[in-house]
Amino acid sequence: MAENFPQIFDTRSFRINIDEAFNWIVANYGEPLEILFLPVLKMLIVMEKFLQWLPWYVVLIALSGLTYLACRSWKATLGTAVMMFLIGVIGIWDPAMSTIALMLTSTLLAVLVGVPVGVIMSRSNTMQSITLPVLDIMQTMPIFVYLIPFVMLFGPGKIPALLATIVFAIPPVIRLTNLGIRQVDAEVIEGVTSFGATPRQRLMTAQIPLAMPTIMAGINQTTMMALSMVVIASMIGAGGLGYQVLQGIQRLEVSRGLLAGLGIVFLAIIFDRIAQAYGRRMQQHLHMGS
Amino acid sequence: MADKSIKITVENIFKIFGSNPDSVMDQVRAGASKSELLEKTGHVIGIRDVSLKIPAGETFVIMGLSGSGKSTLIRHFNRLIEPTAGKIIIDDVNVMNLGEAALREFRRNKISMVFQRFALLPHKTVLENVIYGLVIAGMKKAAAIVHGMEQIDLVGLNGFENHYPNQLSGGMQQRVGLARALATDAEILLMDEAFSALDPLIRNDMQDQLKELQARLHKTIVFITHDLDEALRIGDTIAILKDGELRQVGSGAEILLNPADDYVERFVRDVNRARIVTIGSIARPAAQLACSKVTAASCKKLLTTQEAIIVTEAGKPKNIISREFFARYGSAGLKSKKSETDDVACINQSATLEESFSMLANSDEMAVVIDEGSKPVGVITPKVVLKAMARC
Repeated sequence: MAENFPQIFDTRSFRINIDEAFNWIVANYGEPLEILFLPVLKMLIVMEKFLQWLPWYVVLIALSGLTYLACRSWKATLGTAVMMFLIGVIGIWDPAMSTIALMLTSTLLAVLVGVPVGVIMSRSNTMQSITLPVLDIMQTMPIFVYLIPFVMLFGPGKIPALLATIVFAIPPVIRLTNLGIRQVDAEVIEGVTSFGATPRQRLMTAQIPLAMPTIMAGINQTTMMALSMVVIASMIGAGGLGYQVLQGIQRLEVSRGLLAGLGIVFLAIIFDRIAQAYGRRMQQHLHMGS
Repeated sequence: MADKSIKITVENIFKIFGSNPDSVMDQVRAGASKSELLEKTGHVIGIRDVSLKIPAGETFVIMGLSGSGKSTLIRHFNRLIEPTAGKIIIDDVNVMNLGEAALREFRRNKISMVFQRFALLPHKTVLENVIYGLVIAGMKKAAAIVHGMEQIDLVGLNGFENHYPNQLSGGMQQRVGLARALATDAEILLMDEAFSALDPLIRNDMQDQLKELQARLHKTIVFITHDLDEALRIGDTIAILKDGELRQVGSGAEILLNPADDYVERFVRDVNRARIVTIGSIARPAAQLACSKVTAASCKKLLTTQEAIIVTEAGKPKNIISREFFARYGSAGLKSKKSETDDVACINQSATLEESFSMLANSDEMAVVIDEGSKPVGVITPKVVLKAMARC
């Protein structure tokens, strides 16, 4: 018979302590935190309203145009147009727009935070060895675990959904910014340094531009991870396509879940294509001239 | 109290790589060998006690094989690498004492560098690369472009200013690197194996171009190479480095004719001396005597100490009286020497041995070595040339 693991100390009191400490934070700092993130919420809502306000054909043409600019391929452009059209046809245009808004907002914020963090990481090995395990934990911790504290702090709604999405999606852009900058040819860095570049000039004129293809790959992955988070984020009030999937589960409607799922796939394909093609073009520019 | 013409003084530079270089300095100063130090402390000696004096306006070549520490050494000049001990003085300023801002100013105005693999920014055009140093130093873009175009003109890249570096061949890319280094008007040019990555033919072209530019610009150039032929071609002075230690410093001819040790000797063994050694470096001294003053008494007196007398007329060499000639014909021969109207065989002191062969083959005994102003500086015989060729 298997022997049970001996109880070394009572985890119940340990857990109660953690919970109480967090409750105390919620009680005392919940409101200021909510005020702090209000601009972020505003940004998300404005973006969502704007996308939904735009006539559908404007969005369709804009996305197709973007695809053409990035891929320079009529086939890919036509694909984007058809997929966007289908999203409209199956009646999930508005939720799709709010999903795009959530994805773009969280990606934008993840980049705004992630690139500087990656830059700092690339400058010091100590910083890197501290940050890497944190990123590993962020990426392996089940997503639902993030949701609990965010919901407690902000209540169900768009802010916790957005923040959880950012936390989930930010590791790739941090990792690849760090990697990209570290991989920049040491002789080029010596070159700009030998002409008297300040650390800032070195970063802006050499490190970031040369690391850009790698950073773009990170942004692409971040975009995809943000999109994959939408279903889970909808459980705490993100709305959008994820909410349709959630409703499908709750009402046991296969069709609703399937159509919304299809919409997510379409969006993923479109944005992945654009980001990847853009990264590829940048790489070509660096290695073979334009 | 630095010599006025000395631009860069390197004083006792040591560079040790490892976790705590200062802790092993005493052992290194006491003469611990490279392998001994590595085994005992895990530290590697990069540069050991190198001191150099580099004159202004000279092309100074530091030569060594890979691992000799030459690239490490050159990076000390603009402090891309910090030494473990020692100092570098440029124009009476100890570069090691410069603060961050002063070091930046120093790099922007005083010293610039050309790299082995060009180190150009691939996302910037040729012109943008060339004016990079000016723009980061805060020069207005319009002024920088005017100045940059001059440099592009200088290195012969007109018409390519809007290309990207990767669209150009290696030789052209290195010209961009050179133009970028020249654009800041720095007095000192560091060239780290600048031509080593190029094809042999292109390399020759670049060496010629550098010599040509140097003749016009008179920069102080510190040139790193592993190629002895290159060193001999462009260097006024050559320093040979091995295992981070200086083995010999001297002109190309000095190193070829008097190698300081076995290592240098082996290094120079395969060089075609006839193409490198100049007549001036092996010329024998000789007395000079104006034509009107040639008498038996004066010749006799001079030839007791000198091998030969160059008879001159209005400062130009007219004839030679050698010791043997005088011994054989005595004062009777002097008459013919004085009146002979044939031009005596003359050779410029900067000519190579190879260039002297045909002339020496056609002259009976001695030839006069002259300088650029046709003034005689010494004499040369086929025997002396053969001796120089025979490495003894």
